[in-house]
Amino acid sequence: MTKRASKATGFIYVLPALVFVCAFVLFPFGQLIATSFSSQSLLGGGNFVGFANFETAYNDAAFWRALGFTAKYTLFITPILMGFGYLLALLVEQNSNVLKVVRGIVFVPVVIGLGTSSLLWFWLFDEQVGLFNKVLVDLHIISQPIVWFTQADVALWAVIISVTWKVVGFGMILFVAAIQSISKEIIEASLIDGTGYWQRVWRLYLPLTFRTILLVTLISAIGSMLAFDQLYIMTAGGPRGKTITTVYWIYQNSFINFKLGYGAALSIILTAIILCGSAVQIALTNRTSKS
Amino acid sequence: MSSGVSQLPHRRAAPEGRRAGENGNIRYLISAIAIFVAAIMLAPLVLSFLASIKLPADAASVPPSYLPSTLSLESYATVLHFGAGLSTYVANSLKVAALAIIFCLVLSVPAGFGLARFKLPAKEVIFLILLAPLMIPYQALLTPLYLMFAKLGLANSSVGLAIVHTILQLPFSVYLMRNSFEAVPRELEEAAVIDGCSSFVSFRRVFLPLVMPGMVTVALFAFITSWNEFLAALIFMNKETAFTVPILLVSVRIGHFGSVDWGALQAGIMISILPCILIYIFLQKYYVSGLLGGAVK
Repeated sequence: MTKRASKATGFIYVLPALVFVCAFVLFPFGQLIATSFSSQSLLGGGNFVGFANFETAYNDAAFWRALGFTAKYTLFITPILMGFGYLLALLVEQNSNVLKVVRGIVFVPVVIGLGTSSLLWFWLFDEQVGLFNKVLVDLHIISQPIVWFTQADVALWAVIISVTWKVVGFGMILFVAAIQSISKEIIEASLIDGTGYWQRVWRLYLPLTFRTILLVTLISAIGSMLAFDQLYIMTAGGPRGKTITTVYWIYQNSFINFKLGYGAALSIILTAIILCGSAVQIALTNRTSKS
Repeated sequence: MSSGVSQLPHRRAAPEGRRAGENGNIRYLISAIAIFVAAIMLAPLVLSFLASIKLPADAASVPPSYLPSTLSLESYATVLHFGAGLSTYVANSLKVAALAIIFCLVLSVPAGFGLARFKLPAKEVIFLILLAPLMIPYQALLTPLYLMFAKLGLANSSVGLAIVHTILQLPFSVYLMRNSFEAVPRELEEAAVIDGCSSFVSFRRVFLPLVMPGMVTVALFAFITSWNEFLAALIFMNKETAFTVPILLVSVRIGHFGSVDWGALQAGIMISILPCILIYIFLQKYYVSGLLGGAVK
Protein backbone atom coordinates (compact mmCIF):
# COMPACT_ATOMS: atom_id res chain seq x y z
CA MET A 1 0.00 0.00 0.00
CA THR A 2 1.59 3.29 -1.03
CA LYS A 3 1.55 6.17 1.37
CA ARG A 4 -0.66 8.21 -0.92
CA ALA A 5 -3.26 5.47 -1.17
CA SER A 6 -3.20 5.11 2.57
CA LYS A 7 -3.86 8.84 2.97
CA ALA A 8 -6.85 8.60 0.68
CA THR A 9 -8.17 5.49 2.46
CA GLY A 10 -7.86 7.21 5.81
CA PHE A 11 -9.77 10.17 4.51
CA ILE A 12 -12.64 7.92 3.41
CA TYR A 13 -13.04 6.67 6.99
CA VAL A 14 -13.24 10.21 8.35
CA LEU A 15 -15.48 11.49 5.58
CA PRO A 16 -18.95 10.54 6.89
CA ALA A 17 -18.36 12.36 10.20
CA LEU A 18 -16.92 15.38 8.36
CA VAL A 19 -19.91 15.55 6.04
CA PHE A 20 -22.27 15.26 9.01
CA VAL A 21 -20.59 18.11 10.90
CA CYS A 22 -20.51 20.28 7.77
CA ALA A 23 -24.18 19.62 7.00
CA PHE A 24 -25.62 19.92 10.50
CA VAL A 25 -23.21 22.23 12.34
CA LEU A 26 -21.12 24.40 10.01
CA PHE A 27 -23.76 24.95 7.31
CA PRO A 28 -26.50 25.88 9.84
CA PHE A 29 -23.94 28.12 11.57
CA GLY A 30 -23.41 29.93 8.26
CA GLN A 31 -27.16 30.31 7.94
CA LEU A 32 -27.29 31.58 11.51
CA ILE A 33 -24.79 34.31 10.63
CA ALA A 34 -26.85 35.25 7.56
CA THR A 35 -30.06 35.31 9.60
CA SER A 36 -28.46 37.52 12.23
CA PHE A 37 -28.13 40.26 9.56
CA SER A 38 -31.77 39.95 8.53
CA SER A 39 -35.16 40.83 9.93
CA GLN A 40 -36.45 37.30 9.30
CA SER A 41 -39.29 35.97 11.42
CA LEU A 42 -40.36 32.37 11.97
CA LEU A 43 -43.33 33.19 9.73
CA GLY A 44 -40.92 33.93 6.83
CA GLY A 45 -39.79 37.03 4.92
CA GLY A 46 -37.01 39.31 6.09
CA ASN A 47 -34.62 41.87 4.61
CA PHE A 48 -30.93 42.56 5.05
CA VAL A 49 -30.68 44.92 8.01
CA GLY A 50 -26.91 45.08 8.60
CA PHE A 51 -25.92 45.18 12.23
CA ALA A 52 -29.38 46.33 13.39
CA ASN A 53 -30.02 43.11 15.37
CA PHE A 54 -26.70 43.47 17.18
CA GLU A 55 -27.52 47.11 17.95
CA THR A 56 -30.89 46.00 19.30
CA ALA A 57 -29.10 43.48 21.51
CA TYR A 58 -26.69 46.15 22.73
CA ASN A 59 -29.61 48.40 23.71
CA ASP A 60 -31.82 45.59 25.03
CA ALA A 61 -31.92 45.82 28.83
CA ALA A 62 -33.60 42.39 29.01
CA PHE A 63 -30.69 40.80 27.12
CA TRP A 64 -28.11 42.38 29.44
CA ARG A 65 -30.16 41.25 32.43
CA ALA A 66 -30.27 37.68 31.06
CA LEU A 67 -26.52 37.72 30.39
CA GLY A 68 -25.88 39.20 33.83
CA PHE A 69 -28.05 36.60 35.53
CA THR A 70 -26.33 33.78 33.61
CA ALA A 71 -22.90 35.14 34.62
CA LYS A 72 -24.02 35.47 38.24
CA TYR A 73 -25.39 31.92 38.24
CA THR A 74 -22.10 30.64 36.74
CA LEU A 75 -19.94 32.61 39.19
CA PHE A 76 -21.93 31.28 42.16
CA ILE A 77 -22.34 27.66 41.19
CA THR A 78 -18.90 26.90 39.70
CA PRO A 79 -16.88 27.39 42.93
CA ILE A 80 -19.59 25.52 44.87
CA LEU A 81 -19.41 22.56 42.48
CA MET A 82 -15.61 22.54 42.45
CA GLY A 83 -15.31 22.96 46.24
CA PHE A 84 -17.86 20.32 47.17
CA GLY A 85 -16.67 18.04 44.39
CA TYR A 86 -13.09 18.17 45.63
CA LEU A 87 -14.01 17.78 49.31
CA LEU A 88 -16.15 14.77 48.42
CA ALA A 89 -13.28 13.34 46.37
CA LEU A 90 -10.94 13.72 49.36
CA LEU A 91 -13.54 12.05 51.56
CA VAL A 92 -14.06 8.99 49.35
CA GLU A 93 -10.73 8.63 47.47
CA GLN A 94 -9.58 5.54 49.43
CA ASN A 95 -10.73 2.25 47.97
CA SER A 96 -12.59 0.73 50.93
CA ASN A 97 -15.85 -1.06 50.15
CA VAL A 98 -17.97 1.49 51.99
CA LEU A 99 -16.37 4.40 50.16
CA LYS A 100 -16.74 2.70 46.78
CA VAL A 101 -20.46 2.29 47.36
CA VAL A 102 -20.74 5.90 48.53
CA ARG A 103 -18.97 7.05 45.34
CA GLY A 104 -21.48 5.06 43.33
CA ILE A 105 -24.41 6.66 45.15
CA VAL A 106 -23.12 10.24 44.89
CA PHE A 107 -22.75 9.68 41.15
CA VAL A 108 -26.32 8.44 40.60
CA PRO A 109 -27.91 11.89 39.99
CA VAL A 110 -25.36 12.55 37.22
CA VAL A 111 -26.97 9.91 35.00
CA ILE A 112 -30.55 11.16 35.33
CA GLY A 113 -31.84 14.03 33.21
CA LEU A 114 -31.44 17.66 34.23
CA GLY A 115 -35.06 18.25 33.22
CA THR A 116 -36.19 15.34 35.39
CA SER A 117 -34.12 16.39 38.39
CA SER A 118 -35.38 19.97 38.03
CA LEU A 119 -38.98 18.73 38.18
CA LEU A 120 -38.13 16.61 41.21
CA TRP A 121 -36.66 19.63 43.02
CA PHE A 122 -39.51 21.88 41.86
CA TRP A 123 -41.69 19.54 43.91
CA LEU A 124 -39.31 19.38 46.88
CA PHE A 125 -39.16 23.21 47.00
CA ASP A 126 -42.92 23.73 46.66
CA GLU A 127 -44.10 25.77 49.65
CA GLN A 128 -47.26 23.69 50.11
CA VAL A 129 -46.47 20.07 49.33
CA GLY A 130 -42.66 20.23 49.18
CA LEU A 131 -40.62 18.21 51.63
CA PHE A 132 -37.45 20.33 51.56
CA ASN A 133 -38.98 22.97 53.85
CA LYS A 134 -40.46 20.23 56.02
CA VAL A 135 -37.05 18.61 56.51
CA LEU A 136 -35.44 21.95 57.40
CA VAL A 137 -38.24 22.81 59.84
CA ASP A 138 -38.25 19.33 61.41
CA LEU A 139 -34.48 19.57 61.94
CA HIS A 140 -34.95 23.06 63.45
CA ILE A 141 -32.64 24.59 60.84
CA ILE A 142 -35.32 27.13 59.93
CA SER A 143 -38.40 28.12 61.96
CA GLN A 144 -40.60 29.27 59.09
CA PRO A 145 -40.98 27.56 55.69
CA ILE A 146 -39.07 29.46 53.00
CA VAL A 147 -40.96 30.68 49.94
CA TRP A 148 -38.47 29.70 47.26
CA PHE A 149 -39.69 31.03 43.95
CA THR A 150 -41.12 34.53 44.55
CA GLN A 151 -37.77 36.29 45.01
CA ALA A 152 -35.08 36.05 42.36
CA ASP A 153 -32.20 35.68 44.84
CA VAL A 154 -33.90 32.90 46.80
CA ALA A 155 -34.94 31.19 43.57
CA LEU A 156 -31.31 31.33 42.40
CA TRP A 157 -30.27 29.42 45.51
CA ALA A 158 -33.01 26.85 45.01
CA VAL A 159 -31.70 26.22 41.49
CA ILE A 160 -28.10 26.09 42.73
CA ILE A 161 -29.00 23.52 45.41
CA SER A 162 -30.82 21.31 42.93
CA VAL A 163 -28.11 21.48 40.25
CA THR A 164 -25.37 20.88 42.83
CA TRP A 165 -27.18 17.70 43.88
CA LYS A 166 -27.47 16.71 40.23
CA VAL A 167 -23.88 17.24 39.03
CA VAL A 168 -21.52 17.29 42.04
CA GLY A 169 -20.73 13.59 41.45
CA PHE A 170 -19.29 14.41 38.01
CA GLY A 171 -16.47 16.53 39.42
CA MET A 172 -16.02 14.14 42.34
CA ILE A 173 -15.37 11.09 40.17
CA LEU A 174 -12.85 12.92 37.97
CA PHE A 175 -11.09 14.35 41.03
CA VAL A 176 -10.95 10.92 42.67
CA ALA A 177 -9.26 9.54 39.56
CA ALA A 178 -6.81 12.45 39.51
CA ILE A 179 -5.96 12.07 43.20
CA GLN A 180 -5.53 8.31 42.85
CA SER A 181 -3.10 8.77 39.98
CA ILE A 182 -0.70 10.77 42.16
CA SER A 183 2.29 8.53 42.62
CA LYS A 184 2.45 6.57 45.85
CA GLU A 185 6.11 7.49 46.41
CA ILE A 186 5.40 11.22 46.53
CA ILE A 187 2.72 10.72 49.15
CA GLU A 188 4.85 8.33 51.22
CA ALA A 189 7.72 10.81 51.14
CA SER A 190 5.48 13.52 52.51
CA LEU A 191 4.20 11.13 55.19
CA ILE A 192 7.77 10.46 56.31
CA ASP A 193 8.37 14.21 56.42
CA GLY A 194 5.46 14.29 58.85
CA THR A 195 3.41 16.73 56.80
CA GLY A 196 -0.11 17.25 58.17
CA TYR A 197 -3.13 16.16 56.15
CA TRP A 198 -4.42 19.56 55.05
CA GLN A 199 -0.91 20.75 54.30
CA ARG A 200 -0.52 17.68 52.08
CA VAL A 201 -3.79 18.50 50.32
CA TRP A 202 -2.66 22.08 49.77
CA ARG A 203 0.95 21.40 48.77
CA LEU A 204 0.58 18.08 46.92
CA TYR A 205 -2.94 17.14 45.89
CA LEU A 206 -4.11 20.51 44.57
CA PRO A 207 -1.02 21.31 42.48
CA LEU A 208 -0.71 17.74 41.15
CA THR A 209 -4.37 17.58 40.13
CA PHE A 210 -4.45 21.14 38.84
CA ARG A 211 -5.08 20.32 35.19
CA THR A 212 -8.07 18.15 36.05
CA ILE A 213 -9.41 20.94 38.28
CA LEU A 214 -9.02 23.44 35.44
CA LEU A 215 -10.73 21.15 32.94
CA VAL A 216 -13.65 20.31 35.20
CA THR A 217 -14.02 24.01 36.04
CA LEU A 218 -14.19 24.87 32.33
CA ILE A 219 -16.63 22.06 31.48
CA SER A 220 -18.82 23.07 34.37
CA ALA A 221 -18.65 26.84 33.69
CA ILE A 222 -19.50 26.31 30.00
CA GLY A 223 -22.46 24.15 31.05
CA SER A 224 -23.67 26.85 33.43
CA MET A 225 -23.34 29.59 30.79
CA LEU A 226 -25.69 27.47 28.64
CA ALA A 227 -28.21 26.88 31.43
CA PHE A 228 -31.82 26.50 30.34
CA ASP A 229 -33.69 23.38 31.55
CA GLN A 230 -33.38 24.07 35.26
CA LEU A 231 -34.62 27.68 34.98
CA TYR A 232 -37.34 26.94 32.42
CA ILE A 233 -38.72 24.21 34.67
CA MET A 234 -38.16 25.57 38.18
CA THR A 235 -38.71 29.33 37.88
CA ALA A 236 -40.06 29.75 34.31
CA GLY A 237 -37.80 32.82 34.26
CA GLY A 238 -39.74 34.42 37.09
CA PRO A 239 -40.27 36.45 39.15
CA ARG A 240 -40.77 39.14 36.47
CA GLY A 241 -38.14 37.72 34.11
CA LYS A 242 -35.35 38.09 36.66
CA THR A 243 -34.11 34.51 36.32
CA ILE A 244 -34.10 34.33 32.51
CA THR A 245 -30.77 33.02 31.21
CA THR A 246 -29.13 33.79 27.86
CA VAL A 247 -30.28 30.55 26.22
CA TYR A 248 -33.75 31.12 27.67
CA TRP A 249 -33.84 34.64 26.15
CA ILE A 250 -32.77 33.23 22.76
CA TYR A 251 -35.49 30.57 23.00
CA GLN A 252 -38.06 33.20 23.99
CA ASN A 253 -37.18 35.51 21.08
CA SER A 254 -36.81 32.84 18.41
CA PHE A 255 -39.57 30.40 19.24
CA ILE A 256 -42.10 32.35 21.32
CA ASN A 257 -41.85 35.83 19.74
CA PHE A 258 -40.75 34.47 16.31
CA LYS A 259 -37.99 37.11 16.00
CA LEU A 260 -35.51 34.83 14.24
CA GLY A 261 -33.11 37.56 13.11
CA TYR A 262 -32.77 38.90 16.62
CA GLY A 263 -32.54 35.40 18.11
CA ALA A 264 -29.76 34.60 15.62
CA ALA A 265 -27.78 37.70 16.60
CA LEU A 266 -28.09 36.68 20.27
CA SER A 267 -26.97 33.14 19.36
CA ILE A 268 -23.86 34.53 17.64
CA ILE A 269 -22.99 36.53 20.77
CA LEU A 270 -23.50 33.41 22.91
CA THR A 271 -21.31 31.33 20.58
CA ALA A 272 -18.53 33.93 20.83
CA ILE A 273 -18.65 33.71 24.63
CA ILE A 274 -18.66 29.89 24.70
CA LEU A 275 -15.88 29.71 22.10
CA CYS A 276 -13.43 31.42 24.48
CA GLY A 277 -14.02 28.73 27.11
CA SER A 278 -14.13 25.72 24.80
CA ALA A 279 -10.95 26.76 22.94
CA VAL A 280 -9.03 26.55 26.22
CA GLN A 281 -10.77 23.26 27.04
CA ILE A 282 -9.76 21.69 23.70
CA ALA A 283 -6.17 22.95 24.04
CA LEU A 284 -5.90 21.44 27.52
CA THR A 285 -7.45 18.14 26.47
CA ASN A 286 -5.09 17.79 23.51
CA ARG A 287 -2.09 18.36 25.71
CA THR A 288 -3.28 15.64 28.06
CA SER A 289 -3.70 13.08 25.32
CA LYS A 290 -0.29 13.76 23.80
CA SER A 291 1.69 13.55 27.00
CA MET B 1 -23.94 -1.38 43.26
CA SER B 2 -21.29 -2.99 45.36
CA SER B 3 -18.63 -2.78 42.67
CA GLY B 4 -18.96 0.97 43.05
CA VAL B 5 -18.14 3.71 40.61
CA SER B 6 -14.68 2.68 41.26
CA GLN B 7 -13.38 0.88 38.32
CA LEU B 8 -10.79 3.59 38.47
CA PRO B 9 -7.29 3.03 37.21
CA HIS B 10 -4.17 3.47 39.32
CA ARG B 11 -5.41 1.89 42.44
CA ARG B 12 -3.37 2.78 45.45
CA ALA B 13 -3.22 1.19 48.87
CA ALA B 14 -4.17 3.38 51.78
CA PRO B 15 -1.10 5.48 52.52
CA GLU B 16 -2.30 5.81 56.10
CA GLY B 17 -1.85 2.06 56.59
CA ARG B 18 1.41 2.60 58.43
CA ARG B 19 -0.28 4.38 61.28
CA ALA B 20 -3.28 2.07 61.43
CA GLY B 21 -3.83 2.22 65.15
CA GLU B 22 -3.99 5.98 65.32
CA ASN B 23 -6.06 6.17 62.18
CA GLY B 24 -8.55 3.41 62.88
CA ASN B 25 -10.93 5.90 64.44
CA ILE B 26 -10.42 8.39 61.63
CA ARG B 27 -11.31 5.71 59.13
CA TYR B 28 -14.59 5.04 60.96
CA LEU B 29 -15.27 8.76 61.06
CA ILE B 30 -14.63 9.08 57.31
CA SER B 31 -16.97 6.16 56.62
CA ALA B 32 -19.64 7.67 58.87
CA ILE B 33 -19.48 11.06 57.13
CA ALA B 34 -19.47 9.40 53.72
CA ILE B 35 -22.55 7.32 54.58
CA PHE B 36 -24.27 10.49 55.80
CA VAL B 37 -23.49 12.21 52.47
CA ALA B 38 -24.78 9.18 50.55
CA ALA B 39 -28.02 9.31 52.56
CA ILE B 40 -28.50 13.00 51.66
CA MET B 41 -27.85 12.26 47.99
CA LEU B 42 -30.35 9.40 47.95
CA ALA B 43 -33.04 11.20 49.96
CA PRO B 44 -34.66 13.15 47.06
CA LEU B 45 -35.00 9.97 44.99
CA VAL B 46 -36.39 7.97 47.91
CA LEU B 47 -38.87 10.72 48.83
CA SER B 48 -39.99 10.99 45.21
CA PHE B 49 -40.47 7.22 45.01
CA LEU B 50 -42.50 7.23 48.24
CA ALA B 51 -44.67 10.08 46.90
CA SER B 52 -45.25 8.16 43.68
CA ILE B 53 -46.83 5.25 45.56
CA LYS B 54 -49.08 7.44 47.72
CA LEU B 55 -52.79 7.89 47.01
CA PRO B 56 -53.01 10.96 44.71
CA ALA B 57 -54.88 12.92 47.41
CA ASP B 58 -52.22 11.90 49.91
CA ALA B 59 -49.44 13.11 47.59
CA ALA B 60 -51.14 16.51 47.32
CA SER B 61 -51.90 16.92 51.03
CA VAL B 62 -50.79 20.08 52.86
CA PRO B 63 -48.72 19.81 55.02
CA PRO B 64 -46.96 16.89 53.30
CA SER B 65 -45.93 13.63 54.93
CA TYR B 66 -42.78 11.60 54.29
CA LEU B 67 -44.37 8.19 54.18
CA PRO B 68 -47.43 7.00 52.29
CA SER B 69 -50.41 6.14 54.54
CA THR B 70 -51.75 3.66 51.98
CA LEU B 71 -49.88 2.14 49.06
CA SER B 72 -51.39 2.95 45.69
CA LEU B 73 -50.38 2.64 42.07
CA GLU B 74 -53.02 5.13 40.96
CA SER B 75 -50.44 7.80 40.08
CA TYR B 76 -48.68 5.33 37.77
CA ALA B 77 -52.05 4.51 36.18
CA THR B 78 -52.60 8.26 35.58
CA VAL B 79 -49.26 8.57 33.79
CA LEU B 80 -49.90 5.37 31.84
CA HIS B 81 -53.02 6.87 30.28
CA PHE B 82 -51.83 10.46 30.10
CA GLY B 83 -52.32 12.18 26.72
CA ALA B 84 -51.57 9.76 23.92
CA GLY B 85 -50.55 7.12 26.48
CA LEU B 86 -47.20 6.53 28.15
CA SER B 87 -46.28 3.79 25.67
CA THR B 88 -46.31 6.35 22.81
CA TYR B 89 -43.90 8.65 24.62
CA VAL B 90 -41.57 5.89 25.75
CA ALA B 91 -41.59 4.51 22.19
CA ASN B 92 -40.74 7.99 20.84
CA SER B 93 -37.87 8.39 23.29
CA LEU B 94 -36.52 4.90 22.58
CA LYS B 95 -36.74 5.45 18.82
CA VAL B 96 -34.85 8.75 19.02
CA ALA B 97 -32.25 7.21 21.34
CA ALA B 98 -31.79 4.15 19.10
CA LEU B 99 -31.27 6.37 16.05
CA ALA B 100 -28.85 8.60 17.98
CA ILE B 101 -26.85 5.50 19.01
CA ILE B 102 -26.72 4.26 15.40
CA PHE B 103 -25.73 7.68 14.03
CA CYS B 104 -23.03 8.15 16.69
CA LEU B 105 -21.52 4.70 16.05
CA VAL B 106 -21.70 4.87 12.26
CA LEU B 107 -19.95 8.25 12.27
CA SER B 108 -17.51 7.98 15.16
CA VAL B 109 -16.14 4.44 14.74
CA PRO B 110 -14.72 4.94 11.22
CA ALA B 111 -13.67 8.50 12.09
CA GLY B 112 -11.80 7.25 15.16
CA PHE B 113 -10.11 4.58 13.02
CA GLY B 114 -9.12 7.10 10.35
CA LEU B 115 -7.73 9.55 12.88
CA ALA B 116 -5.85 6.95 14.90
CA ARG B 117 -4.39 4.81 12.13
CA PHE B 118 -3.74 6.91 9.04
CA LYS B 119 -1.46 9.79 8.13
CA LEU B 120 -4.15 12.22 7.10
CA PRO B 121 -3.53 15.49 5.29
CA ALA B 122 -4.34 18.42 7.59
CA LYS B 123 -5.21 16.02 10.42
CA GLU B 124 -5.38 18.81 13.00
CA VAL B 125 -7.89 20.73 10.87
CA ILE B 126 -10.04 17.63 10.38
CA PHE B 127 -9.98 16.94 14.09
CA LEU B 128 -10.92 20.55 14.90
CA ILE B 129 -13.85 20.41 12.47
CA LEU B 130 -15.07 17.25 14.17
CA LEU B 131 -14.86 19.09 17.51
CA ALA B 132 -16.90 22.03 16.11
CA PRO B 133 -20.01 21.08 18.12
CA LEU B 134 -17.98 21.80 21.26
CA MET B 135 -17.24 25.33 20.07
CA ILE B 136 -20.62 26.12 18.52
CA PRO B 137 -23.17 25.14 21.18
CA TYR B 138 -26.20 23.33 19.75
CA GLN B 139 -28.39 25.77 21.67
CA ALA B 140 -27.28 28.43 19.17
CA LEU B 141 -28.08 26.24 16.16
CA LEU B 142 -31.67 25.39 17.02
CA THR B 143 -33.22 28.06 14.74
CA PRO B 144 -31.36 27.17 11.50
CA LEU B 145 -31.80 23.45 12.25
CA TYR B 146 -35.52 23.99 12.87
CA LEU B 147 -35.90 25.72 9.49
CA MET B 148 -33.77 23.10 7.76
CA PHE B 149 -35.78 20.21 9.22
CA ALA B 150 -39.03 21.93 8.26
CA LYS B 151 -37.81 22.04 4.63
CA LEU B 152 -36.57 18.44 4.70
CA GLY B 153 -39.83 17.19 6.21
CA LEU B 154 -38.09 16.27 9.47
CA ALA B 155 -40.26 18.47 11.72
CA ASN B 156 -41.66 16.39 14.57
CA SER B 157 -39.64 13.42 13.32
CA SER B 158 -37.46 11.22 15.47
CA VAL B 159 -34.76 11.32 12.79
CA GLY B 160 -34.49 15.11 13.14
CA LEU B 161 -34.23 15.04 16.92
CA ALA B 162 -31.77 12.13 16.76
CA ILE B 163 -29.57 14.24 14.45
CA VAL B 164 -29.50 17.02 17.06
CA HIS B 165 -28.61 14.51 19.79
CA THR B 166 -25.85 13.12 17.55
CA ILE B 167 -24.40 16.63 17.09
CA LEU B 168 -24.35 16.93 20.87
CA GLN B 169 -22.60 13.60 21.41
CA LEU B 170 -20.29 13.41 18.38
CA PRO B 171 -17.10 15.14 19.66
CA PHE B 172 -17.03 12.92 22.75
CA SER B 173 -17.68 9.81 20.63
CA VAL B 174 -14.95 10.61 18.09
CA TYR B 175 -12.52 11.35 20.88
CA LEU B 176 -13.28 8.10 22.64
CA MET B 177 -13.09 5.97 19.49
CA ARG B 178 -9.83 7.60 18.43
CA ASN B 179 -8.34 6.76 21.84
CA SER B 180 -9.70 3.19 21.62
CA PHE B 181 -8.13 2.59 18.21
CA GLU B 182 -4.85 4.14 19.33
CA ALA B 183 -4.71 1.67 22.20
CA VAL B 184 -4.72 -1.33 19.85
CA PRO B 185 -1.12 -2.65 19.51
CA ARG B 186 0.58 -1.91 16.17
CA GLU B 187 1.80 -5.51 15.89
CA LEU B 188 -1.74 -6.83 15.45
CA GLU B 189 -2.36 -4.52 12.52
CA GLU B 190 0.98 -5.33 10.93
CA ALA B 191 0.25 -9.04 11.21
CA ALA B 192 -3.04 -8.47 9.43
CA VAL B 193 -1.32 -6.50 6.66
CA ILE B 194 1.25 -9.28 6.21
CA ASP B 195 -1.60 -11.76 5.94
CA GLY B 196 -2.77 -9.64 3.04
CA CYS B 197 -5.79 -8.02 4.67
CA SER B 198 -6.97 -4.76 3.14
CA SER B 199 -7.51 -1.88 5.54
CA PHE B 200 -11.24 -2.54 5.51
CA VAL B 201 -10.83 -6.21 6.33
CA SER B 202 -8.37 -5.52 9.15
CA PHE B 203 -10.72 -2.80 10.39
CA ARG B 204 -13.55 -5.29 10.59
CA ARG B 205 -11.71 -8.45 11.67
CA VAL B 206 -8.89 -7.13 13.84
CA PHE B 207 -9.97 -3.78 15.21
CA LEU B 208 -13.72 -3.93 15.70
CA PRO B 209 -13.66 -6.77 18.27
CA LEU B 210 -10.91 -4.97 20.19
CA VAL B 211 -12.63 -1.59 20.34
CA MET B 212 -15.97 -3.12 21.36
CA PRO B 213 -15.75 -1.68 24.90
CA GLY B 214 -15.30 1.79 23.40
CA MET B 215 -18.33 1.24 21.18
CA VAL B 216 -20.43 0.15 24.15
CA THR B 217 -19.40 3.34 25.95
CA VAL B 218 -20.30 5.51 22.94
CA ALA B 219 -23.71 3.82 22.71
CA LEU B 220 -24.29 4.16 26.44
CA PHE B 221 -23.57 7.90 26.51
CA ALA B 222 -25.61 8.47 23.36
CA PHE B 223 -28.55 6.74 25.02
CA ILE B 224 -28.32 8.70 28.27
CA THR B 225 -27.89 12.04 26.46
CA SER B 226 -30.74 11.38 24.07
CA TRP B 227 -33.15 9.97 26.66
CA ASN B 228 -32.61 12.99 28.92
CA GLU B 229 -32.25 15.85 26.42
CA PHE B 230 -34.82 18.57 26.96
CA LEU B 231 -34.42 21.82 24.97
CA ALA B 232 -34.28 20.42 21.41
CA ALA B 233 -37.09 17.98 22.21
CA LEU B 234 -39.16 20.89 23.51
CA ILE B 235 -38.66 22.89 20.30
CA PHE B 236 -38.65 20.19 17.62
CA MET B 237 -41.36 17.89 18.95
CA ASN B 238 -44.33 20.22 19.25
CA LYS B 239 -47.03 17.71 18.31
CA GLU B 240 -48.39 15.90 21.36
CA THR B 241 -47.99 12.46 19.76
CA ALA B 242 -44.30 13.21 19.05
CA PHE B 243 -43.36 14.19 22.62
CA THR B 244 -40.46 12.42 24.30
CA VAL B 245 -40.51 11.44 27.98
CA PRO B 246 -38.97 14.68 29.40
CA ILE B 247 -41.57 16.77 27.52
CA LEU B 248 -44.31 14.42 28.74
CA LEU B 249 -43.19 15.15 32.32
CA VAL B 250 -43.61 18.90 31.84
CA SER B 251 -47.12 18.32 30.47
CA VAL B 252 -47.96 16.03 33.39
CA ARG B 253 -47.00 18.87 35.70
CA ILE B 254 -49.34 21.28 33.96
CA GLY B 255 -52.00 18.55 34.07
CA HIS B 256 -55.45 18.64 32.58
CA PHE B 257 -57.03 21.12 34.94
CA GLY B 258 -54.25 23.63 35.50
CA SER B 259 -53.37 22.31 38.96
CA VAL B 260 -50.35 20.08 39.47
CA ASP B 261 -50.98 16.35 39.89
CA TRP B 262 -48.08 15.83 42.29
CA GLY B 263 -48.44 12.06 42.56
CA ALA B 264 -48.48 11.57 38.80
CA LEU B 265 -45.48 13.88 38.45
CA GLN B 266 -43.47 11.70 40.85
CA ALA B 267 -44.58 8.54 39.05
CA GLY B 268 -43.43 10.10 35.76
CA ILE B 269 -40.11 11.08 37.30
CA MET B 270 -39.55 7.51 38.51
CA ILE B 271 -40.34 6.11 35.05
CA SER B 272 -37.94 8.53 33.34
CA ILE B 273 -35.15 7.80 35.82
CA LEU B 274 -35.46 4.01 35.74
CA PRO B 275 -33.64 3.19 32.46
CA CYS B 276 -30.75 5.53 33.34
CA ILE B 277 -30.27 3.96 36.76
CA LEU B 278 -30.51 0.40 35.40
CA ILE B 279 -27.95 1.13 32.69
CA TYR B 280 -25.71 2.81 35.23
CA ILE B 281 -25.85 -0.11 37.64
CA PHE B 282 -25.25 -2.79 35.01
CA LEU B 283 -22.82 -0.99 32.72
CA GLN B 284 -21.01 1.12 35.29
CA LYS B 285 -17.60 -0.07 34.14
CA TYR B 286 -18.15 1.35 30.65
CA TYR B 287 -19.72 4.53 31.98
CA VAL B 288 -16.93 5.53 34.30
CA SER B 289 -14.11 4.48 31.96
CA GLY B 290 -15.79 6.51 29.23
CA LEU B 291 -16.03 9.53 31.45
CA LEU B 292 -12.37 9.30 32.40
CA GLY B 293 -11.22 8.49 28.86
CA GLY B 294 -13.41 10.98 27.04
CA ALA B 295 -13.90 13.97 29.26
CA VAL B 296 -10.44 14.70 30.56
CA LYS B 297 -8.04 12.68 28.49
